Amino acid sequence: MEQLTTIGLNHYLTISAILLCLGLFAVMTRKNAIVILMGVELILNAANINFLAFSKYNGGMEGVMISLFVIVLAAAEAAIALAIVINIFKIFKSVDVSSIDSMKE
Amino acid sequence: MFELPSGAEIQGIIASLEASVGFFIPELYLSVLFMLLIVVDLFAKGRKNNLLSITTLLGLAGSIFFIYQQHSMQPGEFFFGMYVLDEFALFFKYLFVISAMIAVVITMADEQFDREVKSIGEYYALIVAMLIGMIMMASSADLMMIILSMELVSLTAYILTGYFKRDPRSSEAALKYLVYGAVSSGLMIYGFSLIYGLTAQTNLIKISAELSAHGYDPVVMILASLIVLAGFGYKIGAVPFHFWSPDVYEGAPTPITAYLSVASKASGFALLMRFFYIAVPHVVNPYEDIIGIDWVSLLIILSIASMIYGNVVALWQKNVKRLLAYSSIAHAGYLLLGIIVMDQLGTQATLFYLLSYFLVNFGAFYVVILIANKTGSENLDDYRGLGKRMPLAGAALTVFLISLVGLPPTVGFIGKLMIFSALLAKGSLYIWLALIGVMTSVISLYYYMLIPLNMYLRDSEQHGEKNMDSGMLAKVLMALLMILTLYFGLFFQPLSDFAKYSSAMFGVKLY
Repeated sequence: MEQLTTIGLNHYLTISAILLCLGLFAVMTRKNAIVILMGVELILNAANINFLAFSKYNGGMEGVMISLFVIVLAAAEAAIALAIVINIFKIFKSVDVSSIDSMKE
Repeated sequence: MFELPSGAEIQGIIASLEASVGFFIPELYLSVLFMLLIVVDLFAKGRKNNLLSITTLLGLAGSIFFIYQQHSMQPGEFFFGMYVLDEFALFFKYLFVISAMIAVVITMADEQFDREVKSIGEYYALIVAMLIGMIMMASSADLMMIILSMELVSLTAYILTGYFKRDPRSSEAALKYLVYGAVSSGLMIYGFSLIYGLTAQTNLIKISAELSAHGYDPVVMILASLIVLAGFGYKIGAVPFHFWSPDVYEGAPTPITAYLSVASKASGFALLMRFFYIAVPHVVNPYEDIIGIDWVSLLIILSIASMIYGNVVALWQKNVKRLLAYSSIAHAGYLLLGIIVMDQLGTQATLFYLLSYFLVNFGAFYVVILIANKTGSENLDDYRGLGKRMPLAGAALTVFLISLVGLPPTVGFIGKLMIFSALLAKGSLYIWLALIGVMTSVISLYYYMLIPLNMYLRDSEQHGEKNMDSGMLAKVLMALLMILTLYFGLFFQPLSDFAKYSSAMFGVKLY
């Protein structure tokens, strides 16, 4: 019962593992480029939760610092990604990744 | 929970920062160059104006001077263990700066830029930004620096890949690169978070000390290793993280393809070697209950899969850039062989192979650009009869391809020889790996030689009397790269000595 009522490291790690799986699932199954990018954000945030939880329970500030940097990186990545997706939409009139396949083996 | 530092502590931190900046001059210089290029871009309008490219070239040449000065500095860590200066990092600094210079030169030669973009704009600035990222990748000693520098390289590479905005292939390549890159670097960061959780350290040396001192949970460590390897494997383009590379290499502007295939791959290898040698525990049998899953076995699997897949799939390729993409997957496999050996000879062989690959791959892509300028195509069928119409380009490409196969008397032969002899020197343990390497090299002979076959032995259907002369400067550079490939194939001592000198990490020779 105590496992359920007291929040500990395991709870954070479970949440982050679930987020990671959801992110990977979105990346692998979705066709819309925007949704794929959302999946990537989930993966990054799973890593962030891990860093913060370990930082809290290990002591030390490194994890907090890294997660701050990862948030900034995710923003930069989203900006570039959306620019590329907009350009893709202008050319292909679609953001469906399965239809953007002009190069073949 | 955390107390504020006292005044004396802050003074100490500032003093340490000031001492560290002295070791960071090349990177600072390149950052200034990056901003300068953005300003120069405001004055240099239009593609015909070579002001930007000349500024970039001169600026990059200037950075070699600052890197050269670092030879006299004491190797070690600085910026609180974030960053490291050693012979290994210096080797990659030279490699990356010269790669960037050649990328600029072959961009100047590429006529596709005239057709596709109105103004070259921030292109050169992005090349310099990517260069800074790669230099930092080779010098990182901390998980946070690894994440930051790797993302700097990736983000600039996405933009450069999609630089031809109106070309569907270029945009598609950028999207694919972005999706694969974002997922694998996200996974790598998750893996780092697990390693941080295991050790409560972010510095590579401290991680290694912590793991060997206190032990670790093998299952979590294997999981973390696998996930981290996804990030590294994507950077070096090894199977099974290679899916992006054929499309990206085909769609990206050719100078960027060359830059990615040489410099970006080398930066991935620099990071992999530093991480693999320093941070990962190498106990003989670390986990008794899970047999055979450690980093060496993982890398062996990656290496074999890359060599076989890259060389076999390349057999069916019709586009030369795509063919070279599969060949670069195969070469990632050969380079991994040198890392698996994990001693000084193996490191030396890997570094030498990187040098030879750098020389030869830039040469090959340069010739592909010059041919595409004249024929407007990168298809294998359009190479027919080119040997007679462009004799120097044909000869140069043949030499580069022979070197990629690894036949004497070229530098590629010496590179393969060193890797295989490093494997054999390790004992009979790795003979079968060397055998696979030799066998797959034989397969590669077929598809590489298709290009000279088309150029020399098959006649072109169209007998246009087009001017096939590619200009004096292009010929000189092409001949220079060809002569260097042959020269270092015969007199390889300077290169191999340099590679040996560079195999010291953190000021310590391996074993």
